[in-house]
Amino acid sequence: MRNRPLLQMGVIVVVGSAILIPLALLVPWFPAQSSRQAGNVHTLYNVLLIATVPIFVLVETVVLYSVWKFRMRPGDEKKDGPPIHGNTRLEVVWTAVPAVLIITLCAYAYTVLRSNEASKRGEMTVNVTARQFAFEFSYPKPGGKTVVSPVLYLPKGKPVVFRLRSLDVIHSFFVPEFSEKLDAVPGITTTVRVTATTLGRYPVECTELCGAGHSLMRSSAYVVSPAQFQSWLAAQPANAPPPIGTPPPTAAQPGVPGSSGPASSSSSRTTQSSSSSTTASPSGSSGIPQGPTAGDRDADNSGGPSDGDGNV
Amino acid sequence: MATAVSEPVAVRTRTRVPLPRKLREPGWYRAALFELVGLAFAFGLTVLIRSLQHQHPVIDGNAITTVALLAVPIFFLVGIGTCDYWLYWAIGRATRPEDHSSHGAYSWRDYFRVNTDHKVIGIQYTVTAFFFLLVGGLLAMLIRVQLAKPGMQFLTPEQYNGVFSVHASLLIFLFVIPVFAGLANYVLPLMIGAPDMAFPRLNALSYWLLPLGGLMMLMSFLAPGGSFASGWTAYAPLSTTMPLGQLFFTIAVQLAGFSSIFTALNFLVTIITMRAPGMSFFRMPLLVWANFSTSLLVVIATPFIASSQFFVLLDRALGFHFFDAFVGAGRNGNVLMYQHVFWFYSHPAVYIMMLPGFGIISEILAVKSRKPIFGYRMMAFSLLAIVVLGFTVWAHHMFVSGMSPWIRIPMMITTAIIAIPTGIKIFSWLATLWRGVLHLDTPMLFALGFLTMFTLGGISGVMLAMIPFDIHVSQTYFIVAHIHYVLFGGSLFTIFAGVYYWFPKMTGRMFDDRLGKWHFWLTFIFFNLTFGPMHLIGIQGMPRRVAEYASKFAAWNLFISFSAFILGLSTLVFLYNMVASWRGGPRAAANPWRAMTLEWQVSSPPPVFNFDAVPTVVGGPYEYGVPGAVHGIFKPPAQDTPAVGAGSFSTPPSKEVHE
Repeated sequence: MRNRPLLQMGVIVVVGSAILIPLALLVPWFPAQSSRQAGNVHTLYNVLLIATVPIFVLVETVVLYSVWKFRMRPGDEKKDGPPIHGNTRLEVVWTAVPAVLIITLCAYAYTVLRSNEASKRGEMTVNVTARQFAFEFSYPKPGGKTVVSPVLYLPKGKPVVFRLRSLDVIHSFFVPEFSEKLDAVPGITTTVRVTATTLGRYPVECTELCGAGHSLMRSSAYVVSPAQFQSWLAAQPANAPPPIGTPPPTAAQPGVPGSSGPASSSSSRTTQSSSSSTTASPSGSSGIPQGPTAGDRDADNSGGPSDGDGNV
Repeated sequence: MATAVSEPVAVRTRTRVPLPRKLREPGWYRAALFELVGLAFAFGLTVLIRSLQHQHPVIDGNAITTVALLAVPIFFLVGIGTCDYWLYWAIGRATRPEDHSSHGAYSWRDYFRVNTDHKVIGIQYTVTAFFFLLVGGLLAMLIRVQLAKPGMQFLTPEQYNGVFSVHASLLIFLFVIPVFAGLANYVLPLMIGAPDMAFPRLNALSYWLLPLGGLMMLMSFLAPGGSFASGWTAYAPLSTTMPLGQLFFTIAVQLAGFSSIFTALNFLVTIITMRAPGMSFFRMPLLVWANFSTSLLVVIATPFIASSQFFVLLDRALGFHFFDAFVGAGRNGNVLMYQHVFWFYSHPAVYIMMLPGFGIISEILAVKSRKPIFGYRMMAFSLLAIVVLGFTVWAHHMFVSGMSPWIRIPMMITTAIIAIPTGIKIFSWLATLWRGVLHLDTPMLFALGFLTMFTLGGISGVMLAMIPFDIHVSQTYFIVAHIHYVLFGGSLFTIFAGVYYWFPKMTGRMFDDRLGKWHFWLTFIFFNLTFGPMHLIGIQGMPRRVAEYASKFAAWNLFISFSAFILGLSTLVFLYNMVASWRGGPRAAANPWRAMTLEWQVSSPPPVFNFDAVPTVVGGPYEYGVPGAVHGIFKPPAQDTPAVGAGSFSTPPSKEVHE
């Protein structure tokens, strides 16, 4: 063992990986898993961790082991190392093994992608219109009418296809708990699919820099039971005027528009508590809490759009 | 306006009383005069055209600024004297091709004028780039102050967007890319045994373009409406509808881009035609290979970012509607087009910012491990593989952009495959360390730090290639973490390593190794504490480029801000070390690292024309441990070829005489 540094290092790599992989998997990386797609992505990330942590451990081990074993000792100032110019077999190995690993990962990622983006029977369409600096969600109703809302309501378990459009610059629609994201691009309509699986309130974020109000371009997504969703939809006035463009609400908090109420607790507990509040309140007439608009909406509308058209 | 026109007339009529000598000779006075002329030209041209077109108001600040931003730098470059030789030649005045009056530095003043010595230009480049590193770093401190707490404080959203946009643009276009060009400018001709670059005057021009671009980006803070605030990516149509400050970015990028292209052309011609006798391609040090590959990337890719910014310029200034997508008013622009053109440069740019660093690491690891580079040929070929593959991956920046979904699949595969040549390099470096005699001084520590940090950046890069995961984390802080692991933990560590490594050669002085180690450890630790947690908050869903964020990220952001401040302070250790050592460090020997490459075989700093006798290369550059091996000799090749034991090389050195 003592004279076989390669064996020593092999042992260190295996032990190091065996310790680090579980640690890496234990880190609460993701926010709550709240859609079918999110589950797939979380699994993919865990697989990526398992595949790549050993590579990192290997590199670190060789570096640290070399520093420990082969550092210059006093008296070695004029000494040189052995003139090793290469080793073809070794070079083939470290070309081929990563290649196989990477192609495998690509193939797996491809299946995840196919699964996440597969269209399902009975999809519900939600049109998302983004503009500086707000989202607007519209639900086509039977009979050619639409319901327009500044916050997103989704029935649990129902596959939804979002059709994204933008009225000015590029925006992006992102719900971290859904693990799906897509840009809203002026001139074209883009589509993204999500099946929400967990009741709760989640932040909707614009993640593409869209101007001065970008960091305040937030909304909320409420995942509710299908029955609650239907009653909410029925209670909405059809062809409602777009809520965007109305004067900004006064009571916007300077702090944290996107965060859900009990933000201090861990993400999973946040989900838990806000979903319980969602289910607790349907005693009211609409059955759904109507409050979030003020907190979610951007209070800073005044400065942004005007300096967009300053030129030409 | 009127005075500007009448001025040359007056000069012509009174030929007996010419302009003062200081205003006629190349230099700062003439540059200042020419800048005024340039301003007057921009004003006059704009007013003339607008009045001819009956546009009101005739005097329009936006239009004048647009033309001035294009014209004034050109006038400045002529004024300071970068084009004198060419202009004299063009108008038929006497020129002296072998005029070396502007060559070399004999006092500090020579660093502040147009100089054709590649060593002076190298130092000009490097010092200028580090100036912009400091400015960019200070802007990063502003970013972290703003983000230390959730909620708006300290900066308005417009200011914040401007600050991070200028931060990224300066550090990419004015630091990482040119600092590599600067280091290579100094070292590369010496390494291949050339007296200078192939085109010294072009070299000077490409340097002087650079501070203009940087100052222009900084000056955007003075523009009405604030500095450009659409990120360094400047996505249209946000950038085409931004206030005037955006224009400063659009045009500054052109200047930096031209600088980049000229230098790359210069490197290519220098490497191909000016190698010393016996220096075959496979005897070139890997730094030369790296700059050869980088220059190929620059020459092919940089015109694409130039065109993307010209599109933006035309959209803004002349209403071309390239990116105005709202069909109905006859505007059939294509928004995604911008991103494709932009990333077709900007992904290769990632390798432009990385390959020279690979070269530096190869030099340092071989010398400091006292071993030949493991798998030299594969190291060279993997560079070329990265050049080719680098052009096939651009749309992986656009997985959530709404482009045709199928494009993502081939881009995922090529992106993953490009990790293989990169992996070959990492593993070969590790094997170079193996059983060496490791000299753990400052350059070596930075090289080893690079190895570990860049591995992390590479791993997160492979993760990002996987489309479903990329969809989750793109445009979040995970991306910020990844790019900083690649460009800070990767590129900047190699830059620090290279600056320490060649500091004795460039200045003739030794740096303080103890302070250098302090610098390394502070940088290494607080770099990780700053950017490591960003992976986590990114996956948790914190978007990038936001001036404020949800309170659940507050604790991590405060922690990151504190780490970032200490990271910023660690730069002061470096600065103090560099300045103090340059002024009063101990004299450096010609070859303090006992390196074999040619730049160490001349005095520190080297003579003005590099080599008193043309060196002849008789072996590989990294034959450490081979008994009696040498890389280059300073005797006529005919006498020496039989006597030299050229290590592992069985073929006799080429007797071909260049030039």
